Amino acid sequence: MSVLIYAENSKGKLKKSSFEAASYAYSVASMLNTDAYAISIGEVSNEELEKLAKYGIKKILTVNTAQMHNFVNQAYASVIAEAAKSLSSNVVVLSATFSGKALAPRLAVKLQAAYVDGAISLPTNDGAFTVRKGAFSGKAFADVSMSAVNKIIAINPNSFPIAENSQPAVVEAFAPTVKDTDFRTIVKEIIQAADKVSLPEAEIVVSAGRGLKGPENWGMIEELADLLGAATACSKPVSDAHWRPHSEHVGQTGIAVSPNLYIAIGISGAIQHLAGVSSSKVIVVINKDPEAPFFKAADYGIVGDAFDVVPKLIEAVKEFKATHA
Amino acid sequence: MKVLVCISNVPDTTTKINFNDDKTSFNTTGVQFIINPYDEIALTRALELTEAQGGTVTVINIGDPSTDATIRKALAIGATDAVRINAIPRDAYFVATQIAGYAKDQGFDLILTGRESIDYNGAQVASLLGEMMDLPSISIVKSLQIEGGTATLEREIEGGKEVISCPLPLIASASEGMAEPRIPNMRGIMSARTKPLTVVEPVEVPNLQNIIKFEKPEGRGQVKLVSADEVNKLVDLLHSEAKTI
Repeated sequence: MSVLIYAENSKGKLKKSSFEAASYAYSVASMLNTDAYAISIGEVSNEELEKLAKYGIKKILTVNTAQMHNFVNQAYASVIAEAAKSLSSNVVVLSATFSGKALAPRLAVKLQAAYVDGAISLPTNDGAFTVRKGAFSGKAFADVSMSAVNKIIAINPNSFPIAENSQPAVVEAFAPTVKDTDFRTIVKEIIQAADKVSLPEAEIVVSAGRGLKGPENWGMIEELADLLGAATACSKPVSDAHWRPHSEHVGQTGIAVSPNLYIAIGISGAIQHLAGVSSSKVIVVINKDPEAPFFKAADYGIVGDAFDVVPKLIEAVKEFKATHA
Repeated sequence: MKVLVCISNVPDTTTKINFNDDKTSFNTTGVQFIINPYDEIALTRALELTEAQGGTVTVINIGDPSTDATIRKALAIGATDAVRINAIPRDAYFVATQIAGYAKDQGFDLILTGRESIDYNGAQVASLLGEMMDLPSISIVKSLQIEGGTATLEREIEGGKEVISCPLPLIASASEGMAEPRIPNMRGIMSARTKPLTVVEPVEVPNLQNIIKFEKPEGRGQVKLVSADEVNKLVDLLHSEAKTI
């Protein structure tokens, strides 16, 4: 018995969410009196992989062949399933990223495993192995008891702190058997903005709504986000009107986020939007309507016009950064 | 082209969620049910593709007879015919097993789902189906084009997108951007009544997991208001009290 994580990378660097998964897996392994291992797939250096040792991972398998450099969910699931079998891992932990979500269900079928997507708690230590996840798009939680022998947990990004549990680790090359039919999908192109903070993983999100009146007014939202190292987001009417791309739409039918700080500017707070942000740790609302429902779901608020408040907030953050640098 | 679209029957997005006293089931009293919004996007794209290239669109749902209204709506939007697997959808694994069981010898070129259902948010069915049917699956797709038996898809990734090429048959889960949902017209609503809806009995599925309890999040405390003339104060609070900057 052991716990295995899938350590996801982006352009050769382990993602922050992989360290979260490692920390989570170490806790689960401690609970089960066993060890936590990792499998990495793609072009990642051994030196980079050794970073996982700091978070309690004892052995890291790496698959770094050219065929495996691009993400193909079917092939990656085959590799992880084989690694889990060779290490006798009956718990697999990964992050509920776009790629994690695409491969984990395939892995669940291969391992005949119970699978929880978007976990926000550690499993209970009462034999029932119960894990909490969000349900009804953030309007509720569901506690899922994982009764199957094999278990797969995709943890929600930014929901678990990274914890250091340093110990020596070995990195070993792993040579899985893959089939040609695992590679029917071919990645043609990856288009990624290099300097933009990714929304699902962001620790701070600056989000704006119809109160901004038009796409030409997003300059100040981007400036505030840049200053805070935040990702930008928007409400549904804004993406429906094509003021901003759909990938920025936060809410019940868009992306659910759980940042440390969510700043909502000119968003009234419809129930569908609140669903997507309810697991944010701190919510700030800026709206000129004191009756906006969002104020009831916020920790801090400013009643005021976005065009007056946001420039002032930008100045205040600049001042704060100058004195706390 | 033969397309299968998997649709889920979910509470309307404006629904206030409540649970029954045992906390293990959703209270459906007074709740309006709709086609899962992402499934509606998938259905619309399927119709656009078959209208342009010829073919049929079958919708499939796992549910008891109460979901027939939702299935009829999919037929009104334009699906050719429908299948209902007569069972309460226990979880994603159960649902995918039923769909795979039905679809395996039907020769579908394309199977579409929504990226996730807005009730249980599993985001699993497309990938589960792919593995069960040994077909490629691409999740959270915002653009789907098909030409000469090959699909070009854009899959969402953190901070961008991946452009993927894949031969048919394949399975994909639809995200916003793949199509703009359609509203059924009067002719569609009239014709939906007589379109075929086949009811199929479910197959046995092993039970791997159970939801043992639902809970609603605790509300936040009273909001702390800061004057628009003292924005500095907000920054101080976020630093010293909330410890987020």
